[in-house]
Amino acid sequence: MKQYVLFLFTCLFASNVWAQTDVQKRYQTQLIMVDDGGVVDLDAGTFTFSGSLSLQDKKKITIRGKGVDKTILSFKGQTDGAEGLRVSNAENIIIENLTIQDSKGDGIKTMNVKGITFRNVKVEWTGPPKAENGGYGLYPVQCDNVIIDNCTAIGASDAGIYVGQSRGIVVKNSKAYHNVAGIEIENSRNAEVFDNEAYENTGGILVFDLPDLVQKQGGNVRVYNNYVHDNNLPNFAPEGNIVAGVSDGTGLLILAASNVEVFNNRFINNQSVGTGIISYLLTERPITDKGYYPFSTGISIHDNVYERKPGPPTTRGRFGKMFHSVLKFDQDIPHILYDGITDPATLDKNGNMPADKRICIRNNKNQSIANLDAAQGFQHVSRDAAPFDCQLEPVKTTVGNGR
Amino acid sequence: MAGKKKRRDWCAGAIMPYVSLASAKMGLYIIILSVVWLTLASWRTDAVPEKLSDYGFFAGNPAQQKPMAGVVPYALNTPLFSDYAEKLRFVKLPDGKSVVYNDTAVLDFPVGTTLIKTFYFPTDFRDPAKGRRLMETRLLVHQSGGWKAFDYVWNDEQTDALLEVAGDTKTVQYIDKAGIPKQHAYVIPNLNQCKGCHNRNEVMTPIGPSVRQLNGDLAYSETAKASPENQLTHWKQERMLTGMPALAACPKAPVWNNPETGSLNDRARIWLDINCAHCHNPKGPAMTSGLNLSVSETDSTALGIQKTPVAAGRGSGGHLFDIVPGKPDESILIYRLQSTDPGEMMPELGRKTVHTESLALLREWIKAMK
Repeated sequence: MKQYVLFLFTCLFASNVWAQTDVQKRYQTQLIMVDDGGVVDLDAGTFTFSGSLSLQDKKKITIRGKGVDKTILSFKGQTDGAEGLRVSNAENIIIENLTIQDSKGDGIKTMNVKGITFRNVKVEWTGPPKAENGGYGLYPVQCDNVIIDNCTAIGASDAGIYVGQSRGIVVKNSKAYHNVAGIEIENSRNAEVFDNEAYENTGGILVFDLPDLVQKQGGNVRVYNNYVHDNNLPNFAPEGNIVAGVSDGTGLLILAASNVEVFNNRFINNQSVGTGIISYLLTERPITDKGYYPFSTGISIHDNVYERKPGPPTTRGRFGKMFHSVLKFDQDIPHILYDGITDPATLDKNGNMPADKRICIRNNKNQSIANLDAAQGFQHVSRDAAPFDCQLEPVKTTVGNGR
Repeated sequence: MAGKKKRRDWCAGAIMPYVSLASAKMGLYIIILSVVWLTLASWRTDAVPEKLSDYGFFAGNPAQQKPMAGVVPYALNTPLFSDYAEKLRFVKLPDGKSVVYNDTAVLDFPVGTTLIKTFYFPTDFRDPAKGRRLMETRLLVHQSGGWKAFDYVWNDEQTDALLEVAGDTKTVQYIDKAGIPKQHAYVIPNLNQCKGCHNRNEVMTPIGPSVRQLNGDLAYSETAKASPENQLTHWKQERMLTGMPALAACPKAPVWNNPETGSLNDRARIWLDINCAHCHNPKGPAMTSGLNLSVSETDSTALGIQKTPVAAGRGSGGHLFDIVPGKPDESILIYRLQSTDPGEMMPELGRKTVHTESLALLREWIKAMK
């Protein structure tokens, strides 16, 4: 019996070693040869790849494993390619029922895809969170009709679920933990982020708009029914990346985005910033992009629940530095922080913003607010909630249903 | 057409037993069956010749790379770095056809054109007489539906090259220019990866043969070696190129490592153009980064100067900007070019070694920036 087991073990080991380049070629060939409308079925098992897999110039393809943690595509020891799986210039693609592990760069990158659905997909970097992990887990960029449903992202050194420069986005029923950013919507328009759990990241959910990119003026984002908790992981992003400035203890951070509605979320035990609303100017990064709008406008935060444990906030990241040097909140950190940086061009003679560009915060459980007055060097930090007691028109988005 | 479809179905059938065996982890069968299957898979694309020799581009032994009439060798002033591989390039225009001059972009070759590029490593870079190892011959074929890429991998006997769709990794050994023995992996791209670089607005496109890159001398025959000709002049005489102005009016790319051909800035910019700008341009795959390294770019931020990274991840190397004037060691661009980690390095594909010579040029360029 013992010998038989040993023999089996040897076979298993040998086949795994043998299979490596072979499986790479087999699956890559399938991805190249599959006809439009076809399905690329992946077997159950753990397969190790030394290079990226890619699909391009195809329509209506499904890449289907046998299930999360059943079909595992491991890129541990990858020597070629900047992502695990890459899909480009395609239409109506579904990636489902599989796990991607330990890619050197991003997990799954999809670019220029009209209609991309990730369903039951897990992307993870195994082991403790570390700077050597790849940047993005799920990474659709410049895509239309993005659906991320029932996915999990773990350990990304930038964002676990990252949607960049895309249009028409749904992120739902998903989990992101042990990433620097759990879920990030960047320079994207029309996004629905709901029923997700983002926890034990540095920052739970980010809605960002950055300069120098092809698609600017992101916005029209609804963030609701999410459970965003315990995002207190020390930041491990490599310096230089925008998320490297995110303070640990951040629940939701809105940076230079417009028309964002945040409601019915639970922001629990995010020890530094339950929700932050800031301008790109606060990052003190240079702006040379003339088409870029660095202010957050039309932000509505309502009917959320805020809770945090007693204790000091972080001393790290941009907010950490402010807490430490100028804000002096001690342990009494307001749940919602607004930097108070407004676009001077839009203010009326009384210094008020137009109604539709206001920051409105009301009806949140345990609501507490500070306007940091960063524009005036934090001279008049105000904890008065009255200026934010207003209501905006609900944000309307146009998103697809996938196929 | 019907015949082709049928063959595909049959091929799909051949995968099935293979898949179930894989789950049974029977290593040996996997190998045998996959060889059979991959052979069938490449054979399946019946419209495409299986062997390079089937095209008849070369006279006699194809490994000699002696072009037949109508197959014209060409060279670029500053080529793409490919792990120190040497390259032989040829263009075959359709009979009686020519290409129209333009001085800004890659030449717009007519349908029916084939661009041929053979990658090889000399046994000893100091002495060509010691022979060479041909690795692959890549074809870009301009079909009526657009450019198509096909890669032919040379066999160990060096008698012919066979079509390969899924790519491969080989090991190369040679003695470099300094006399040091080298050994490293050499990656042969799969068909998708070809388009990773040859891509403009998601349309497959040639990268190298622009007027400025062709504006240099080439010896067209062994006997004429003493008197190389300017390639543009030659193309004009052979009626391959129409609408060409006087040679003096044609733009000329410097040779990146020859200071006599251009200023430090010009040589650095042309190196970045040919090595990076096929992705890093507003219509290329790296447009998402906002970094444009085309030789025509004039916006300093788009060129990377004091530009923050977007999705560099670990590739930032802990640095804040792509290029910090005067400070190559704080510039992400330098960091990514000297890394060979696939999660950090640039370009993302086709490089296993560090191109120390061009890195020195770029460091000097950034150092001189104010």
